[in-house]
Amino acid sequence: MSFIRPIFRHPESPKNDLGYTRQYYEGVLSTLCAGCGHDSISGAIIQACFEMNIEPHRVAKLSGIGCSSKTPAYYLGNSHGFNSVHGRMPSVTTGASLANRKMLYLGVSGDGDTASIGMGQFVHVVRRNLNMVYIVMNNGCYGLTKGQDSATADYGSVNKSGSANMFQSIDLAGLALELGATFVGRSFSGDKTQLVPMIKAAMSHNGFAFIDVVSPCVTFNNNQGSTKSYDYVREHIEATSAIDLVPEKTEITTQYDAGTTKRIEMHDHSIIELHKLAEGWDPTDRHSAVERLQASRVKGEILTGLLYVDTESKDLHELIETVPQPLNSLTKSDLCPGSGALERINGEFR
Amino acid sequence: MQLTAINDLVIRFANVNGTGSASANNMFAKSIFRMGLPVTPKNIFPSNIQGLPTWYEVRVSEKGYLGRRAGIDIMVSVNPQSLKKDIDSVRPNGYFIYDNTRELEKSMLRDDIHFIGVPMIELCRQHFATDTRSHQLLKNMIYVGALVALLDIEVQVVKDLIADQFRKKEKLVPINVKALELGIQYIHDHYEYPLGLRLERRNLLNNSILVDGNTACGLGAIYAGASVAAWYPITPSTSVVNAFEKYAKRLRKDEATGKNKYAVVQAEDELAAIGMAIGANWNGARAFTATSGPGLSLMSEFLGLAYFAEIPVVLIDVQRTGPSTGMPTRTQQSDLTSAFYASHGDTKQVLLLPATPTECFSMTADAFDLAERLQTPILVMIDLDLGMNDHLCAPFQWDDNRDYDRGKVYTAEDLEKIKEFGRYKDVDGDGIPYRTIPGTHPTKGSYFTRGTSRDEMARYTEESEPYVRNMERLLKKWNTAKTLVPAPEFYQKKNSSQNGLIFFGTSTYAALEALDLLNTAGTPMDAMRLRSAPFSQEVLDFIESHEVVYVIEQNRDAQMRSILINELEIDPFKLVPILNFDGMPITADHIVKQIERKQKPVSNGVAYN
Repeated sequence: MSFIRPIFRHPESPKNDLGYTRQYYEGVLSTLCAGCGHDSISGAIIQACFEMNIEPHRVAKLSGIGCSSKTPAYYLGNSHGFNSVHGRMPSVTTGASLANRKMLYLGVSGDGDTASIGMGQFVHVVRRNLNMVYIVMNNGCYGLTKGQDSATADYGSVNKSGSANMFQSIDLAGLALELGATFVGRSFSGDKTQLVPMIKAAMSHNGFAFIDVVSPCVTFNNNQGSTKSYDYVREHIEATSAIDLVPEKTEITTQYDAGTTKRIEMHDHSIIELHKLAEGWDPTDRHSAVERLQASRVKGEILTGLLYVDTESKDLHELIETVPQPLNSLTKSDLCPGSGALERINGEFR
Repeated sequence: MQLTAINDLVIRFANVNGTGSASANNMFAKSIFRMGLPVTPKNIFPSNIQGLPTWYEVRVSEKGYLGRRAGIDIMVSVNPQSLKKDIDSVRPNGYFIYDNTRELEKSMLRDDIHFIGVPMIELCRQHFATDTRSHQLLKNMIYVGALVALLDIEVQVVKDLIADQFRKKEKLVPINVKALELGIQYIHDHYEYPLGLRLERRNLLNNSILVDGNTACGLGAIYAGASVAAWYPITPSTSVVNAFEKYAKRLRKDEATGKNKYAVVQAEDELAAIGMAIGANWNGARAFTATSGPGLSLMSEFLGLAYFAEIPVVLIDVQRTGPSTGMPTRTQQSDLTSAFYASHGDTKQVLLLPATPTECFSMTADAFDLAERLQTPILVMIDLDLGMNDHLCAPFQWDDNRDYDRGKVYTAEDLEKIKEFGRYKDVDGDGIPYRTIPGTHPTKGSYFTRGTSRDEMARYTEESEPYVRNMERLLKKWNTAKTLVPAPEFYQKKNSSQNGLIFFGTSTYAALEALDLLNTAGTPMDAMRLRSAPFSQEVLDFIESHEVVYVIEQNRDAQMRSILINELEIDPFKLVPILNFDGMPITADHIVKQIERKQKPVSNGVAYN
């Protein structure tokens, strides 16, 4: 268990525009190991939802199986949650979204859940541009079964038992870019100043928003020689830019020197502000994002930050041309053609 | 000697697949239907797109028998690959109609059947432009013409069908009519006609329709209000979702905007297909998937989740010949055990067992009500024969006063009224809890859905007691299901024999014919058709009130018999398996012969095998 949460709540805790405190966005106590990166990501999700004034009942939080997939219980206790089947969160989320396009779908998964057993579903949910936020809590190992290497463990990374990984790793952010994902970011569980605005930006995106979050496993993959330990990540981290999300209707007051800041208007009219831009990278150019990612990889850097965003893409519902209202709100009069139509159909079979 | 009968024959067409024979053959069957005669077509096709042998078999039975009958009275052969086999398969005194543009090899000839040569290709060459592809199609129409003359089919009926068929390509009508007439004329000029086997109009069919079960299932899903279909292509279930989409395009467009009041997603595999259907149902839309045996195996894990987390979902399983890839284009009822007990741990699933397209329609619609009422998967078990072949059946019916039963779902108003929402509480004592749809209420009714153990309040637990309570409640729900699923059908007012027959699904046609045969032979039996599992008290009563019960099914291992024995704790020696698993639909003869054989006493202690 990570921490014992005090029951006391300060009566004057700050409230968001909806009148909810940050605590209102919390869930039950985490049962993950003390210091687990995943708990920091849960905290960032809570913070992002609080700051974004999200109605908890308009969010569905979904997951697969594994340490990461337990976390939906630890945030948004007033939202419906679904801890589904190992590697199958994308399909369940797809179905949920088909039923009601008007909710926010927040899927979390792990590196095993996404890059191994769930690779097939991950790849296809990207292709369909499902309107969801997909966060991978990436620790390079299977925590719940005691630390086996996962498919995102870097080549040569040493695990707790002392053996070096002999297989090439899968870079999920790079893969998502390759597959046509319309929002791709990478972050680090230990960097909330980056992660919170990135989650907020992802929630503002219309389409598939993917964030690969390096999230060290304190128990099985935080040792010397591991490339996903806290120390290693801190030493090798590099950012494409600093990111801020300015909600719709908020006046932009900060000033930055020309050429170092880029503003991107999202589908919901909020603005992503990127500062201190990396050289040779344009967040709206997929090719430059791929190149920048590759260049960092060659240098042994862990590139974080927003990598790519396409604000014009059509999500699955737009592609298959469903009606604007949620399908789950349609009634018999919308759905059932009635006996007259059936009698005509019978006639076609005579 | 020649076979002689009116309105009682079996004709088989031997074609090459991919040569357009299906539409000519369908037209032949439909012409008999339109003469008011009970007709049963069966497509016997390869798992292939072009170039392999394919057969189409049509039985006509004035008595109304709709099962397959063994023995081919007339073979129409236009496939040189299977010539020898096709000649050999004709009953003595039967007919072999073939294209004599090339003469048959002498060694193939039989002197106990009648050969009727029609120079189909030669007639095409003489009368139509030199385009071999169209010759291939017109040749099919020439043999239909020959059959019109030989069997005394009403010409106008066929001409009307040609007009129907080519309504959108009207310029093809005259050329097809010409081909038809060439076939008729050739018979008139060269043979005595009609044959001893012939057809006469009877108008026996009232308002019946001729349709396949997959179309009926897809249409049933439309009427039931399904708005999400997720699937992965697999023979023989593909046309279920195709039909759903076809009718949705016609009937489910928003008139003003042209937008769709439905979503069809072709998934990456069967796991994703059922995952999507479950996700959509969890979120309050009616959703379904359709698959066949291999897909059912892949869906097994998700079926366990839906059973345990109590999420409605409808699955249409169009069974084919297994195991593994088996014979993908042949029929069987062999997914019963894997469907009924689908998934690891203690799971049991509700099965519906339609026997006709009419029931495919009504039971698919019922399946959505049952799935939401019981909050569990409902598996509609049909097979390739029912799904892909046309069947003569009663027309589809829909009562406009019927409302969808959405089951126990709390609305926002309900949540305001109740003291406490516990997702897995047995409020009504029937084992069925109340659920909420995400997004219903700003502050009440949210819960966490999971495949792990939880207590009544949907909180994760590894405590034994709440786990056991939950499993026992699921069993209570299972017992409730027995009272809600479609009741069995009986064929006698009152039991009067010591022996009973049990059957279900597509075995029904042959079983009913077998009952007549047994009756004629002086050994009448009582009969019960299962329409669902789990089994109600009536099923147990029927078995208990007979000394021996024959269980007819189309698989090797007597799967339904095993489920009956297991679920109702029946003495195995009382249930005698009557089986057919060769991939072809079961016949009445086959049933009667097996019953006769198995009635003999058993001496070696190994019963009924």
